[in-house]
Amino acid sequence: MVQSLDRSQGRAGSPAGSASAASGTFTGNRALQIEEPLIFEMGQPGRCGVDLPEPSKVKDRLNGLRRKGEIGLPGLSEPQVVQHYTRLSQKNYAIDMGVYPLGSCTMKHNPRINEKVARLTGIGDLHPLQPVSTVQGALELIDTLAHWLKTLTGMPAVAMSPAAGAHGEMCGMMAIAAALDAKGERAKRRIVLAPESAHGTNPATAAALGFTVKPIPANERGRVDLAALKAALGPEVAAIMLTNPNTCGLFESEIVEISKAVHEAGAYFYCDGANFNAIVGRVRPGDLGVDCMHINLHKTFSTPHGGGGPGAGPVVLSAALAPYAPYPWIVKQGDVFAVKEDGAKVDGAPVGRLKAFYGQMGMFTRALAYMMSHGADGLKQAAEDAVLSANYIMASLKDTMTPGFEGPCMHEALFDDGFLKDTGVSTLDFAKAMIDEGYHPMTMYFPLVVHGAMLIEPTESQAKEDLDLFIAAMRSLAERARSGGAVEDFKAAPRFAPRRRLDETLAARKPVLRWRPSNNPPEGDPMQQAAE
Amino acid sequence: MRYLPLTESDRREMLGVIGAKSVDELFRDVPASARLPAKIGGLPDHQGELEVERAFQALAAKNLSPSEVPFFIGAGAYRHHVPSTVDYMIQRGEFLTSYTPYQPEITQGTLQYLFEFQTQVTLLTGMEVANASMYDGSTGAAEAVLMANRVTRRHKALISGGLHPHYRGVIQTTARWEGFKAVVSRPDIEGLEDLIANIDKETSCVVVQNPSFFGHVRDFSKLADACHAAGALLIVVVTEVVSLGLIKPPGEMGADIVVCEGQSIGNGLGFGGPYVGLFATREKYMRQMPGRLVGETVDADGKRGFVLTLSTREQHIRREKATSNICTNAGLCALAFTVHLTLLGEAGFKRLAELNHAKASELADRVTSVPGVQLVNESFFNEFTVRLPKPAGPVVEALAAKRILGGVPVSRLVPGDPAAANLLLLAATETATEHGMAPLVAGLKEVL
Repeated sequence: MVQSLDRSQGRAGSPAGSASAASGTFTGNRALQIEEPLIFEMGQPGRCGVDLPEPSKVKDRLNGLRRKGEIGLPGLSEPQVVQHYTRLSQKNYAIDMGVYPLGSCTMKHNPRINEKVARLTGIGDLHPLQPVSTVQGALELIDTLAHWLKTLTGMPAVAMSPAAGAHGEMCGMMAIAAALDAKGERAKRRIVLAPESAHGTNPATAAALGFTVKPIPANERGRVDLAALKAALGPEVAAIMLTNPNTCGLFESEIVEISKAVHEAGAYFYCDGANFNAIVGRVRPGDLGVDCMHINLHKTFSTPHGGGGPGAGPVVLSAALAPYAPYPWIVKQGDVFAVKEDGAKVDGAPVGRLKAFYGQMGMFTRALAYMMSHGADGLKQAAEDAVLSANYIMASLKDTMTPGFEGPCMHEALFDDGFLKDTGVSTLDFAKAMIDEGYHPMTMYFPLVVHGAMLIEPTESQAKEDLDLFIAAMRSLAERARSGGAVEDFKAAPRFAPRRRLDETLAARKPVLRWRPSNNPPEGDPMQQAAE
Repeated sequence: MRYLPLTESDRREMLGVIGAKSVDELFRDVPASARLPAKIGGLPDHQGELEVERAFQALAAKNLSPSEVPFFIGAGAYRHHVPSTVDYMIQRGEFLTSYTPYQPEITQGTLQYLFEFQTQVTLLTGMEVANASMYDGSTGAAEAVLMANRVTRRHKALISGGLHPHYRGVIQTTARWEGFKAVVSRPDIEGLEDLIANIDKETSCVVVQNPSFFGHVRDFSKLADACHAAGALLIVVVTEVVSLGLIKPPGEMGADIVVCEGQSIGNGLGFGGPYVGLFATREKYMRQMPGRLVGETVDADGKRGFVLTLSTREQHIRREKATSNICTNAGLCALAFTVHLTLLGEAGFKRLAELNHAKASELADRVTSVPGVQLVNESFFNEFTVRLPKPAGPVVEALAAKRILGGVPVSRLVPGDPAAANLLLLAATETATEHGMAPLVAGLKEVL
């Protein structure tokens, strides 16, 4: 099916293969960069990484449905497993290694005390369906985190169960749909406005809930065009979904006018809280007229990104939307916490249930540990340092690179590819060259409102010396790109990473989404038939 | 403040480069009416690590820890032993503090383990392709229904009464707000439900669970045939993934989409999350799948490597036309799953499943020796339902007062149904011991 792929790479394959030719070593390894086969290429029957007792003999009660034949899982011993994943880990860039300026992702330091408290006996090992009387400390923990979130945002209520930012968007927009239902307006208010610079999740969420998405253009200052917004508002508009600070790294300076206009038109204001880190302790979204906002605990409140999750996306709600918060509700009755689960009588009309159990408890614990460590004073200082660091980068690079917009930014600095004009070097090439310099690239080609976007978010976690080296490296790359002599080097980058540029077109054209015993599936293989 | 590297002199110097007198100037775009004049009140100031740890220990002390008492709770979340290697591996900073692998050249670690994870999921479920994980089983189940609606262009899902009530709830919420019909069957306490007669030309899918919420193990081959004859898809949910070491996989029964809660492998109970959803389907439906997918390719030197692929399904490319709004998956929980399953391997995984079944059989024999306790199930894996002579809710509370976590009263998840009032759901995994079963039996005798 995919005979063009050479699978004989790494240690399981032939050492004389092309890998070794490219690296010039017998093994194909390059010192600490060790080629690593798949577990399926390493396993041997008869090896096992656990010792389990012999089960007692019982008459099985499986309704005659005992699984027959091999599953196909490889057998590895414990040391092999440790080596395999350790080697894999060494092929990753991470916050723990240095500047990770991925704009809009807030790659800040992940404190290890958070990990420790999340694993405490009596927290990490609790079952979600234990009697409520036996988990009062866990419910108090959630309630305490809820108090911090409500206080920092100036909002009266919070729904804790959404599993990630996008899930939080779903929750908030469902609450808006429910509120419209209650007013009998859901059938006529079918449009959701979203700026052109919005995260892709915003239109995807609105569309999933059956709304029609109408983009609002940005003005020349990178903000929502207030006049265009006012013109778009009307009796058919349900809500606006707006990120603030926005994805250009700018505070929506007319935010108060925007929310006033939205509310006057009978619509709701959904705020995408992805960039809350910039304003914690300095601005409360509740004071801006926000009706609901999700908070990415894995961005603003330091829970680990974990290679793409798990996240957590609690949603703060205005008084108008609070009655629609999904089940379960944690309610304090005197000194005792009670849980109102599906179908229970509550002061509202919940949108339903969004997720099994309570939500991402492990993330709640970590986020609360972070908040308590920083305190009200430290959270404010963190936001200020994040904004200061981004502005420092902007000020230091604005003569070398081309800023997307004028003026101070918030927590991230947006550049376009103007400085690369006529050099033959693209934003992608520039990003890949950063890898060779030892950095994770910034967010590229997002937001869509500037050409060849480069969105740099340093966060508050980097020392000034590290920012200075990063700035110097960026200046050097920009100068090399403009010197004209290095185009081929940029096109060839990265040269020193565990892999050179990967063929994404091949991956999409002939998808190989799993390992198989052979390159050539046996005749009659259902995969092959399906592919043909 | 230990997390903040900038010193006061750094800050002054940086403001100098920026050309600002104070950090307040950087916030000048904030409307004056929204600027907080002082520090937010009502919250404490920063604390040292010791103080923070003590605060959490105090919270932990207010809970009854499953690690310290006889424990028999399941109902969609299972207490298994997780080898020490798993937690060590997922705390390596290169995994823990990396993000979604947008730059494949420097995230091959994440990409390769997700590729291995996808392969493991296909093997366990007996399916052809799997994605890089969902938030959890319940949200995965709702995404599966949405996918079936896309594939069939129909808008009616039949929901089995054997499906976990929280999963049913998530699907109903999705149905209500995303505009499709979820027809829910009444709780299938006895495990005898037959949904074939309910399938019609509008049915997009039938959603069943195996073993069911009440623990019954069933063959859905005939249901699969009936679905396919009517142009509908069969979605099989598995909330206890260890069962796949012993029970015929959904793929062999003809399932079109399989969704599992993967928590049992590698992930602790954690009061309900984060967990990891497994999502597998047939290759022909690959492009309708939600979530992230990792695929194999080659780099500029011809070496094998891995990338995120088929992203034209996804929100960051397709925006309002995406198959789902999902952005993150459960990367680190998927890592815990794959490390644990790699340690287990074929032999260990099968033995783990045998052990679970043996322990549950032993528990079933023991509790049904208590006068008045009747086993509802003829078949089960590691969890079953018993009928008590009185309502199960107060019985479980009375056991908890004796420091025994003795199952889940079905009425907690199926409130208001008189048929469910006396039902108790009990689970036993490899962690169950005789020292735990004896107090449960004694406790039940006292309470009943």
